[in-house]
Amino acid sequence: MDQKRLQDTAKAHVPKTHKGKNALVAFISGGVIGAIGQGLCYVYMQSFEIDKETALPMVIVTIILITAITTGFGIYDKAAQYCGAGLFIPISGFANSLTSAAMEGKSEGPIYGIGSNMFKLAGSVLTYGIASAFFFGALRYLLFGG
Amino acid sequence: MTTIQFHHVYVASRSAVAGSLEAQGPLQKYFDKTYEDNYCNEKSFEKAERAMVYDACDIALRKANQKPSDVDIIFGGDLINQLTSSHYFARDTNVPFIGMYAACATSSLIIGQAAMWIEQGYAKQALAFTSSHVATAERQFRYPNEYGVQKKATTTSTVTGAGAILLSGQPSLIKVSAFTPGKICDWNYSDANDMGVAMAPAAYDTLNRHFQNTNTDFTDYDLIATGDLSQLGFSFLMDLFYQDEHPVEHRLHDCGLMIYDTGKQDVFCGGSGCACSMCVSMAKLLQEIEQGTYQRVMVIATGALLSPVAIQQKESIPCIAHAIVYERSEGK
Repeated sequence: MDQKRLQDTAKAHVPKTHKGKNALVAFISGGVIGAIGQGLCYVYMQSFEIDKETALPMVIVTIILITAITTGFGIYDKAAQYCGAGLFIPISGFANSLTSAAMEGKSEGPIYGIGSNMFKLAGSVLTYGIASAFFFGALRYLLFGG
Repeated sequence: MTTIQFHHVYVASRSAVAGSLEAQGPLQKYFDKTYEDNYCNEKSFEKAERAMVYDACDIALRKANQKPSDVDIIFGGDLINQLTSSHYFARDTNVPFIGMYAACATSSLIIGQAAMWIEQGYAKQALAFTSSHVATAERQFRYPNEYGVQKKATTTSTVTGAGAILLSGQPSLIKVSAFTPGKICDWNYSDANDMGVAMAPAAYDTLNRHFQNTNTDFTDYDLIATGDLSQLGFSFLMDLFYQDEHPVEHRLHDCGLMIYDTGKQDVFCGGSGCACSMCVSMAKLLQEIEQGTYQRVMVIATGALLSPVAIQQKESIPCIAHAIVYERSEGK
């Protein structure tokens, strides 16, 4: 068959992408998560009388917990379909990739299922995160002496 | 360049079972059984798919008053690696079994094969079934079900369901009259999120060959239903036929667009999967033939034979389409 004719005809059937709308929704929803995090940070600092450095990890853990629970209830993926990068880029995206992969592996048991599948999606984030941390850490040590 | 014509292959009975999302769609009243959720009272989605195969085959056999041991051979296929659902079902039947894979084109392929066995007299009765499940297919071909990635608008939704058909040489109202096996059509398209467009040329090729071999055209059929091209692939196929000035009119339709209400249901571009063409043809199309609404219907099941590994290695998607023709038989 004439490949060029197919490719030319197929071009007419590409749906419109809503890049502007997607970016705006992601900006707003990502911003909302940021604002929630900031609010939680103040609440923790006030109510537990702790400093910012101690409160921040607690905020992160809270977001991870909320993500894991909403993923388990099947709400997260529906929200993510709408919000896109707004939920994907914050720590919630990472937490969801772990939870969803772990849930999927449940039927094969704790070792071959959950254990080995949990980092299936998050694995590349970890690999390149650790590799780049090592690289830039070494660079900083060599250039600025630590 | 083959089209196999059958003269005494008849549909003894048929069945279609479907999941909850399909049960909310326009074909609800046509299904023999629907399930409240995608677990179908089982512990895993894989087992749920197998339960649907059991139910579909059981219903088809019961309708014809037959036992599994009355069947000479079973053909089956699904989307899971090693045809898990089909093979584990066949393990319990104690009947010779042939498993086949052609992705979403499996339905027409197995029915065509079963018809050949009946036509040649190798079997008196042959059962054919296919199944697919949204959760097992997503897991195998895409991402975990709960993974929050923004899916592209071109994506299709895998149909959760199973269908079975019992063919025999005993005359009945519906006849299987022809089978055109497809050939692989690869036009260097590699977007695994837009399989409808990828498969459309395969349907175009098979349909054209079938018309040539049988000396027919669109006007000779009441309905020609493609398997799961979805909105984009279907409009692409229509475009190709309009360019060739074929008398398409309202004769061409797509099973993936019939099974869901794409305007109301959240299914992106429409349905896909082995069960899509199978459930629509078993539940609706054959019933329309039985009632006399249609005299001659062709189902072209389309399959994207991709492997996730090959796609990651930057390969394109080989596609295939098998055509099967059903006719109303006045012999009975």
